[in-house]
Amino acid sequence: MSEAASPWLLLAQLCQMTIVMALAPLLTGLVRKVKARLQRRVGPPLVQPYLDLRRLMLKEVVLAENASWLFRIMPYLILSITWVAAALVPTFATGLMFSWSGDLIVIAGLLGAARFAQALAGLDVGTSFGGIGSSREVMFASLAEPAIIMIILCVALIAGSTQLSTIADHMANGEVGLRVSLALALVGLIIVALAENARIPVDNPATHLELTMVHEAMVLEYSGRHLAMIDLAAFLKLLLYVSLIGCIFFPFGIAQSGSGPEFYLLGLLIYLMKLGVCGVLLGVLEMSIAKMRVFRVPNFLGGAFMLGLLGVLLLYVSRGM
Amino acid sequence: MIEPSAYCVAALLALAALSVSMARFGLVRALIYAASGLVCLALLGIGIASLGAGVSQMRLPLGLPWIGVNFRLDSLAAAFLVLIGLGGAGANLYAIGYGRHEPDPGRIVPFIPAFLASMTLVVLADDAFTFLFAWELMSLSSWALVMAHHREEGNARAAFVYLIMAVFSGLTLLLALGMLAGPSGGFTFAAIRAAHVPPATVAMVFVLATIGAGSKAGLVPLHVWLPLAHPAAPSHASALMSGVMTKVAIYGFIRIVFDLTGPPTWWSAAIILLLGGITAVMGVLHALMERDLKRLLAYSTVENIGIIFIGIGLAMAFQSNGFMAGAVLALTAALFHALNHTVFKSLLFFGAGAVLHGTGTRDMGRLGGLINRMKWTQFAMLAGCVAISALPPLNGFVSEWMTFQAILLRPEMPQWGLKIMIPVDGALLALTATLAAACFVRMHGITFLGRARGEAARTAHETDACSIAAMLIFAALCVLLGLLPGFVIDGLAPVTVSLLGGHMPTQLGDRWLSLVPVSASRSSYNGLLVFLFITASTLIVVFLVHRFASSAKRRSAAWDCGFPDPRPETQYTAESFEQPIRRVFGSLVFQTREVVDMPSPGDMRPARITRFAHDLVWEGLYLPLAAYVGSTADRMNVLQFLTIRRYLGFVFVALVLLLLGLALWQ
Repeated sequence: MSEAASPWLLLAQLCQMTIVMALAPLLTGLVRKVKARLQRRVGPPLVQPYLDLRRLMLKEVVLAENASWLFRIMPYLILSITWVAAALVPTFATGLMFSWSGDLIVIAGLLGAARFAQALAGLDVGTSFGGIGSSREVMFASLAEPAIIMIILCVALIAGSTQLSTIADHMANGEVGLRVSLALALVGLIIVALAENARIPVDNPATHLELTMVHEAMVLEYSGRHLAMIDLAAFLKLLLYVSLIGCIFFPFGIAQSGSGPEFYLLGLLIYLMKLGVCGVLLGVLEMSIAKMRVFRVPNFLGGAFMLGLLGVLLLYVSRGM
Repeated sequence: MIEPSAYCVAALLALAALSVSMARFGLVRALIYAASGLVCLALLGIGIASLGAGVSQMRLPLGLPWIGVNFRLDSLAAAFLVLIGLGGAGANLYAIGYGRHEPDPGRIVPFIPAFLASMTLVVLADDAFTFLFAWELMSLSSWALVMAHHREEGNARAAFVYLIMAVFSGLTLLLALGMLAGPSGGFTFAAIRAAHVPPATVAMVFVLATIGAGSKAGLVPLHVWLPLAHPAAPSHASALMSGVMTKVAIYGFIRIVFDLTGPPTWWSAAIILLLGGITAVMGVLHALMERDLKRLLAYSTVENIGIIFIGIGLAMAFQSNGFMAGAVLALTAALFHALNHTVFKSLLFFGAGAVLHGTGTRDMGRLGGLINRMKWTQFAMLAGCVAISALPPLNGFVSEWMTFQAILLRPEMPQWGLKIMIPVDGALLALTATLAAACFVRMHGITFLGRARGEAARTAHETDACSIAAMLIFAALCVLLGLLPGFVIDGLAPVTVSLLGGHMPTQLGDRWLSLVPVSASRSSYNGLLVFLFITASTLIVVFLVHRFASSAKRRSAAWDCGFPDPRPETQYTAESFEQPIRRVFGSLVFQTREVVDMPSPGDMRPARITRFAHDLVWEGLYLPLAAYVGSTADRMNVLQFLTIRRYLGFVFVALVLLLLGLALWQ
C-alpha cells in the first residue's frame, strides 16, 4: 500500500479529479480545432465544447414515451464511472492518495461497466438505431477489451505490477529501455484508443449518417442534460486514454510519489504539454485516414489483440524482449 | 462437526420420503420446501463453522461390511458444503413461491431434498464406495428433475442424453478410484492417500478423473448434455444443477487431483489449462447465439466452469513447479469464482423462471419491455447480469481479477507448454469476459428493455413475493461479495493450507479492507473504495446537474432519426443483436453461413435470409459415435437369434479365455 496518507496527497487527488473533469472538453475542442484548420476552415473556438455542454444543460429533456428508469439514470452512472476511471489514471503525479484502490485491470473493468450501461440504455427505447449502435458497440468491445487486457499484461510483466503508479514510476526511472514488446503494446493501445473513443477510422464522431454510426446511434434518443452528461463522459474517456498512453509510454516529467509541491506544478505543466501534443497528433491522424467499413473494424482491432498477445508471448519467452 | 451434517442429510432424506406421499397438498409442499431450506441453512452454518475447525470423521456400519460408510469433514469439504447450503437455501426459498403453480408436484418435490442430500453425501464421503454411490444418487435424482416435465418437447431426449453422460461419468470415476485403490482394495480415502501409486497409474487416474468430473461439470467437449438438461428441469432445479451440482463435480476433481494423488505434473496442468480456455470461450459463444433464456444460462455455466478450470489449471501448473504462492492464489481464485457462480447463476435461473412464469415463454424473441411489468425481477436480474459480466464493483470481477493476477505472477516457467498456455489462457479469459458482457447486455436488453414483442410480454405479470425475496437476497450477495472479498479469501485460507500448505496474505487486517493477492506494490484492488468513489461522484454529478441544469422534462414519441416506427417488430432482435459477433467469431467456430434469397423485381415471393450454424462438437464427435454404436448394435443383432448349442459354446469359450487370462496374469 502507499505510504502514510498526508494532506498533500489527498489534495493532489482532489486536484486530479477536478483537473480531468475540467480539461476533458478542452482536449476535444483542440482536436476539432486542429481538424478544422487542416480542412482550411476557421473552426469553432477552442471552448466550443464547454458552450455546447452549457447549452445542452439548459435545455429541456425530451424522453421517449416508453423510456424506463434505466434510461434516465444511466447517464449519471456512465459519467460518474468514467470519471472515477479517469481519476485513477496518473496524470501529473503518481502515488496519489487513492491510486492503490484500483489497478489497470480495474480501470479497464470500469470502462467496461460504463459501456455496459450505455449499451443497455441504447436498447431501452426499442428503436432500431439504438439496437444497431449497441450491437456494434459490444462487437467492437468484444475485441477491444481483450486487446487492452493483453496490453495491460504486457506492460505489467515488464513493470512487475498492474498498479499504474508503480508502472509509471518504473517506466520513468528509465531502466526499461527500448523493448519490442513495449512497441507492440503502444501500437495496440493506440488502435484500441481510436476504437474506444469512436474516432476515425473506426467511427466518425461528427457524423449523423445512419449506416456508419456506432456511438452516436446508441445515444440518439438522449437529449438535454442527459446528452450533456454522456458527451462529457465521452470527452473524459478520450482524456483518460491520452493520459494512459502518456503515463505508461511517455512518463517523463511526472511527479513521483513523495516529491514536493513544486514537482507537482512542473508535472502539471508537462502534462498539459502532453495533452496538447496528443490532441494535435490525433487531429492530424484523423485528417489523414479514411473511415473503414464496419466489418473491416474487427480485423483492425483483432490486429491490436494479436499485437498484445505477441508482446506477452515474447515476454514469457524472454524477459528482455 | 460431522454429526450435525449427517443429521442434516438424514433430515433431507426424510423430507424426500415424506414428500412422496404428501406433495400434492399445496401447504405441505410449501412446508417441505421451507424445511429443506432451513436444513440447507444449517448446512451453510456447519460449512462456515468447520472451515477452520480441523478434520472430523465418522463411520457408519452400512454399505460394504469391510469398509462401512465413512464420512469426513475437512476444510475442502466444508467450503463446498457452504456452496450446497447457500444454493440449496436460495432454491428452496424460491421454490416456496415458484412451486405453487406446479401442475405435477409429485414429480419434483421429493427429488429436491434427495438431490441436496446426495450432493452433501458426495462432499462428505471418505471412501470410494460412498463417493460413487452418492455420485450416482446425485445423477439419478437430478435426472428425475430433468424428466419432471416429460411431456414437453425435447425433455425426454435431454434426459436420455443426460443419463448416458452421467453413466459414462460414473464409469470413468469408478475406474479412476478403482485404479487408485489398487488390487488390494484399499477403498477408504485414507488408504488411497497412504498408498504409493506409480506415476503411470496417476496419469491414467488424472485422465479418467478429468473425463468423469469434467463431463459432470460441463467441460468441452463433454458438455453436450448440459445445455439440454439444465433448461429442461423446473427453474429452481435448474438453479441447483447449474449453481451447485457443477461445483460438486469440481469438488470431485479437486479431491482426486490435489488430495488423493500426489502433486500434479506440468503436462496435466497444461491439459487442464487448454480445456479450461476452450470451454470458457466455446461456452460464451454458444450462449451468445442462444435465444432460449434458460439454454443461454446453461451455456454460460459451461463458460464459468471453464474459468474455474483455468484457475485450477494455473494452480496445478504452479504447484508442479513448486511455486506455492502462485498456486495458492490461483486455487483461491478458482474457489472464489465457484462461490460467485453459485450466487449469480442461481439468481439468473430464478429470474429466468420468474420470466417463464410471468409470460409463459423462455424465447427472447417473444419478450421485451418487461422492465415495466416485472420491476423487481428486472432489478435483481440486472445485478446478476452485471456480476456475471465481471464488471466492478460486483463479485464476478473480483475472482476474474485474481485469476489475471495469478496469470501475471510468474512468467518464468521451465516448460514450453506452460510458457505458451498461460498467456494464451490470459487472452482467452479476457475474450471470455468481454463476450460474456456482450451476451448479458443482449439477454437483459432484449428481454427486459425495449418494447414488448408479443402478447406474452404485453400481458406479463410479476412473480410472487418468495421468489422476489430469493432473487433480491442473491443480488445483495453479489454486491456484498464484490465489496468485501476479504472475508471469503480469509475463509478459504484453511482449504489452501490443507491442499497446498500455504494461504494468501490475510486480507481483513489490511487498510480499508482492500484486496492484496501477493504484495501491495504489485497490485491491489479495493471494491469497497471503488464503490464509494462511484457513489460519491454520482452524488456530486446529481447535485451539480440538479443545481445548475434545467429540470424540464417532456415525454414524446421516440426520435429514431426522424423515422420512428410504432411496430415492435422493427426493434433489434436477439438474432440481429448477435449478428456482428456471429460474423466475426461464428464463421470459424460454428461455420455459420447466411444465405440471402432476394427475389427479382416483379417476383411476388418474400425475400428470405437463412442462417446455417453447426455445432462442431456434436456433429464431429457425438453423432459419429452414436452412428458407430448403432451400426455395431445392428451387427451384433444376429447374436440374439442363435441356437442354445451356440450359446453354450460361447459360454464355454468365454470361460476358457478368462481362465487363460488369469493364468497368464499370475
